[in-house]
Amino acid sequence: MISGTLDGNLRHALYVLGENPVTAAAFALFLLFALLATFGPALVPYDPLASNTAQALNAPSISHWFGTDQLGRDIFSRVVVATRLDLGIAIAAVALAFSVGTLLGLIGGYWGGWADRIIGRIVDTIMAFPLFVLAMGIVAGLGNSVANIIYATAIINLPIYARLSRAEANIRCNAGFIEAARLCGNGEVRIALGQLFPNILPLMAVQVSLTLGYAILNAAGLSFIGLGVRPPTAEWGIMVAEGASNIVSGEWWVALFPGLVLMTAVFCFNLIGDGLRDIVDPVRRT
Amino acid sequence: MTSSAGTPRALLSVNGLRKLYPVGRKLLGRFGRTQPAMLHAVDGVSFAIERGETIGLVGESGCGKSTLARLIARLIDPTAGMIWFDGADISTMPARKFARSEWRADIQMVFQEATDSINPRFTAARAIADPLIRLRDLRAAALRVRVEEVARLTGLPAELLVRFPHQLSGGQKARVGIARAIAVEPRLLILDEPTSALDVSVQTVILKLLHELKQRLALSYLFVSHDLNVVRLLCDRVLVMYLGRIIESGPAVQLFAAPAHPYTQALLSALPNPGARRTRIALAGEPRSPIDPDPHICRLYGRCPRATDLCRKVAPLLQQIAAGRLVACHHPVDEMAAAGP
Repeated sequence: MISGTLDGNLRHALYVLGENPVTAAAFALFLLFALLATFGPALVPYDPLASNTAQALNAPSISHWFGTDQLGRDIFSRVVVATRLDLGIAIAAVALAFSVGTLLGLIGGYWGGWADRIIGRIVDTIMAFPLFVLAMGIVAGLGNSVANIIYATAIINLPIYARLSRAEANIRCNAGFIEAARLCGNGEVRIALGQLFPNILPLMAVQVSLTLGYAILNAAGLSFIGLGVRPPTAEWGIMVAEGASNIVSGEWWVALFPGLVLMTAVFCFNLIGDGLRDIVDPVRRT
Repeated sequence: MTSSAGTPRALLSVNGLRKLYPVGRKLLGRFGRTQPAMLHAVDGVSFAIERGETIGLVGESGCGKSTLARLIARLIDPTAGMIWFDGADISTMPARKFARSEWRADIQMVFQEATDSINPRFTAARAIADPLIRLRDLRAAALRVRVEEVARLTGLPAELLVRFPHQLSGGQKARVGIARAIAVEPRLLILDEPTSALDVSVQTVILKLLHELKQRLALSYLFVSHDLNVVRLLCDRVLVMYLGRIIESGPAVQLFAAPAHPYTQALLSALPNPGARRTRIALAGEPRSPIDPDPHICRLYGRCPRATDLCRKVAPLLQQIAAGRLVACHHPVDEMAAAGP
């Protein structure tokens, strides 16, 4: 009774999905990606790393749905197996950017003063760089590793969260319900995290979904220019990069299929953004 | 200033309370030096609230009523002055620390905007439970029982407790706000225009509820309002505020029967009063600016029909004109004399 029932939330989520077929499709697609990321390596017909030069650059066929690359590896298997790595990098980076950025924004927006100014200047400094170049610089400086790609992607996404949560916290820091919370004996930290934060969460959730797509592109982009994951690891960015040289000679499938999956993933996260807002925003509930 | 500080055993006594807000800067002299311009929201207010008393605080919009209410509720810090609650000075503790202090449960407040004062992501039950969890340390079954008890007391049907604020009507939200404030059994309840956002039929119900609660729970009220009829019905004593200062105070019956300050007189004459001989007094002009007001000029000067040269040389202080009646005016209205032969 006090916290609202889980059952009611679930029913509301199902209702929203029923009303918006596009959102429902996006969620279904997301579910598919999640399944591929979880069980992909167990499902694929071929070893994604095993080369077979006899089968190099075969066009899509019944045995190789997406064809094979220049080393004769099955592109379908590689695309499926790469899902875990690409989604993992994006989710880890966004989780990091979300938690650190939102917290910084909350501190700046709610308490104001010097904390706000210092955090604001740090965020401005990050924003002053062309973000992809900054990510390149970070990975180039720290070294090519999955952890560093995650840090770089998190850092360039940080300002979005910090600014959004600062603005939303700031317009609410003297709202009636915050004053009421003080009257109710809540300490400042408890008010910021327990009463203010849940109110800005819906907007942040939309942002999470949008930046997830962006983070996938960023990770793939870094790999594409050779600053990300190293071959022969299966990763969408590398696969597109490797396939790019084959397009001119007519083997379009090597680059097309990983690119198509990459695009679908980004598209899917952008669509989820809208649907997510409808689900988590209680004001829309009737 | 000490004349109105109340008896030593008063529940709350306020002495020389001031709250100034910086609003930009003003030029000093010719050399471009500036100093912050200050808006005097509350400017040297002293009064007391006795146990079980209902005090009405009236005045026009922007006169500092809400600021005074927030100062006493210790939601904001005073610039100067003292607030004594039950013999303890509570004005020195920063407002942000006051939330965790032993007096927090004793002073509660009902806000003007019920909608805005309830967290949009809390159900009614969660909102009412909030002070009980933090200030009374109630959990689980005991919490549930108390929430339902207070809801019943404020006439809030139990089935509405699972709803979010946007699913409740204005009157229901007002009840949630009142239920939350009385849940911890405060000794002083500050009501900041609790009915101003409600329509008349709901107003009556809420006011009746407040009246019943006061008798049942032995509360003291500070009732902030610009609705004079409500104040007359509900309050024992009335404070009239104008531009950050209390300009008149006294028992409600006497003050309404014979206002002494020209401003109070004008305020009361604006009440619809069928069959009364009193004619309407319209104050000319606009209120003086509350930004850095001249301390030597009466705040009402320029609007006051009784003003003389003295009023722009010496600002009047609150002075006793009869038992329990204070007025800040050089030329108070003497209605009893005026009504004589």
